[in-house]
Parts: sequence; structure tokens; C-alpha cells
Amino acid sequence: MIRVVHYLNQFFGQIGGEDQAGVAPRAVANPVGPGMALQAALGSKAQVVATVICGDNYFAEHPQPATEEVIQLIRSFEPQLVVAGPAFNAGRYGPACGAVCQAVQSQLGVPAVTGMYPENPGAELYRKDIFCVETGPSAAGMRQAVSAMAVLGLKLAAGEVLGTPEAEGYLPRGIRKNTWAEKTGAARAADMLLAKLQGLPYRTELPMPSFERVSPASPVSDLSTATVALVTEGGIVPKGNPDRLESARASKFLKYSLEGIEDLSGAEFQSVHGGYSNVFANEDPDRVLPVDALRDCEREGKIGRLYKYFFTTTGNGTTLENGRKFGQEIALVLIADGVQAVILTST
Amino acid sequence: MQICTITSIALAVGANRILPAAAIPYPLGSPDLSPNQEKAVRRKLVDQALAALQCHVDKQTIFNA
Repeated sequence: MIRVVHYLNQFFGQIGGEDQAGVAPRAVANPVGPGMALQAALGSKAQVVATVICGDNYFAEHPQPATEEVIQLIRSFEPQLVVAGPAFNAGRYGPACGAVCQAVQSQLGVPAVTGMYPENPGAELYRKDIFCVETGPSAAGMRQAVSAMAVLGLKLAAGEVLGTPEAEGYLPRGIRKNTWAEKTGAARAADMLLAKLQGLPYRTELPMPSFERVSPASPVSDLSTATVALVTEGGIVPKGNPDRLESARASKFLKYSLEGIEDLSGAEFQSVHGGYSNVFANEDPDRVLPVDALRDCEREGKIGRLYKYFFTTTGNGTTLENGRKFGQEIALVLIADGVQAVILTST
Repeated sequence: MQICTITSIALAVGANRILPAAAIPYPLGSPDLSPNQEKAVRRKLVDQALAALQCHVDKQTIFNA
């Protein structure tokens, strides 16, 4: 019987929602939440002996000590396989699952597997070092994700030689292996080109990375004459959310006036971001969008002026495609209005 | 420039000027302090952000507090 330890965040670990996101790592015996489906998928060959649970914020804010604490808990159950998540497109949970899998492999010498949506930042950060099954963006894909993770995990625990990422269902790790091909590279490249020219499907042998790299902007030469804009993905909106910004998976960004506003008040603004506890932002929205501090800078002549609008969206499970589109559209307006510098705040 | 707590995400998605924030639920706050002290903390972060905007960078850079 293969001993399995399962890692979960506070939400899937059934401790609570954002109000419990700060909880420190803890271990409980037996499967919890998605661990039930995991146990079912593992069948009789393996047993989930314990579940280690850590709050999303606890992990994200102190990744190194959190990893050590989680590893100590996992080690105490002497696992032969560790399964983390799946994290789908959750932006704090994904990097935590990646860090746990990486540490389990390197520090405990035990195989580990997780599951994420390919756009999860945790996939970009850790896919080269770990085995990460490709999942859908949300927990609607739980059953398939857990089942694929179980199959891959059992193979890893048994020390089986794995096939290609496509065949096994995990995200490519950027490892090249020599194999025999019937045709030379030149012939394969020519075949690809011919297929492309004819509009037929073809598959590259060297996919390009999906995250864009942009050259850093030049420094602002004279802040004292510059217009500085504030943009946030922290979900700050006028109280009551009149334009119905989504709390997750935002489909839009919004623009609101800052004219005549010296200080963001909790009576007039709030956060609708569903990915962190809004208590502190609702008490004082300047904690997310620092209007008060920038007004002081404006008065002191440190900056020319604060741009008269702010842009806001919710960066919570928002797709890369939407995020890129929002960024491009916001930048167009800012450039057209002569803004020279932008401070983007993220929660 | 971006002010955020999880700087590894900012690096992964390609931000070039990154300033570590106070915490996820209050990137520019410190609710345990008095309002004046808290505002001073926020102002310090904003000053650091403005300094970062005036810095030449040729690659992704985390401006440490």
C-alpha cells in the first residue's frame, strides 16, 4: 500500500474562506474534501493517510518558512507520494502547490504531483521542476483533474518511465530527450511549412513561452511635472459597486473619477475582489489605492499631478487573455491623456 | 511600476519595476498602527514607487524596501 499525503489550502481543506486565509499549516488524518475523490481515484493501491492544510495568505506572504513547516508535517507521515491541489487557476494556491511539490521532491526524495490550469502563475514558476497535470480553470474540472493526478502519481510512485507530457497529461517541463525520427529536422520543418501554407494543422516541436516580455520603460525624467496614474487589480469601486465589477474572473475594467477626492473613504469606496478578505480595504481603501499619499505628493510638488481618473479591475482568476486586453486598453487611454507614470497596485 | 506582495507572480507575468507590498489584503497599509503611523508607512511605499519610476532598469527589477 502506497502512503499518500495530500496538500490543500484552507478553502479546499474545509477550514474556511478568505477570513481563514491566514491560517498556519496543520495536519489532519485521512482525506478531506477533494481528498475523497483522490482516494477513490487511487483505488486500493494507495491510501491517503493524512492531509496537510495551509492558508493561501499564510503561504503566499511567508513562502519559505511556510514551505518548511509544511514539509515537516508531511515528513512526519512518511509518505511515498505527495499530491498537492489541484489549484486550477487560483493565483496563490498554485504557487503554494508548486513550492510544496518542489520541496517534497528535493528535500524528502519523494515523488509529488499537482494540477493547475496552464495560465496559473504557479505553473510558470514551477512546471520545469515538478509534475503538474493540466486542469481546467475552475473546480468544475475537479473529477477529471484528480483522476489524472492519481494516475500520474501512481506511476511516479512505482518508478515507471513516463511518456511525453502530451501522452501523460502533465505540463511540459522543457526537458528534451533524444528519440529516433523517421525524417530529419530539415524535412520535418519543410513539412510543417507546407502544412502551414495549405492551412492544414501542424504541431511545432518548440513552443514559444506564452508570457510576454516587454522592454522596461525609460525612467521618468522629471516627476515634478509628470502626471502619475493609479491602476489597481484590487477591486476598488464606488460603494455599492454600481457598474457590477465581478469579484472573480473579471470580464472588464472600470474607470472612475478622482476629481476633488483627497482621501479614499470607506463610506464612498469599497473592494469587491473575491480573492482576499476585504475588511481592511473597506475600512480604508487607501490601503489598496493610495490616493491620500499621492495627493500629499501632489501638494508638495513631488509629482506634477495625480491623473484625474483611476482604473480598476479584479485580478482573481482573471484569464491571461483578458488581463492582457485590459492592460492594452488602459495603456491606450493613459497615453492619450498624457500620463507619464503609472503605479499598479496588486493584492 | 507594480506594487504587490507576491513578487514571484509579478516576475512570472513580466512586470519590470516591482516593489514588495505590505500584505495581500492591505498592500499599502498596516492596520495595527495608528492612522498617522499607517499613513507614514503608505507614504514611504509611495515614495519608493516614485523613486523606482525614476530609476533606469534594463531587466526585471525588484526594488527592495
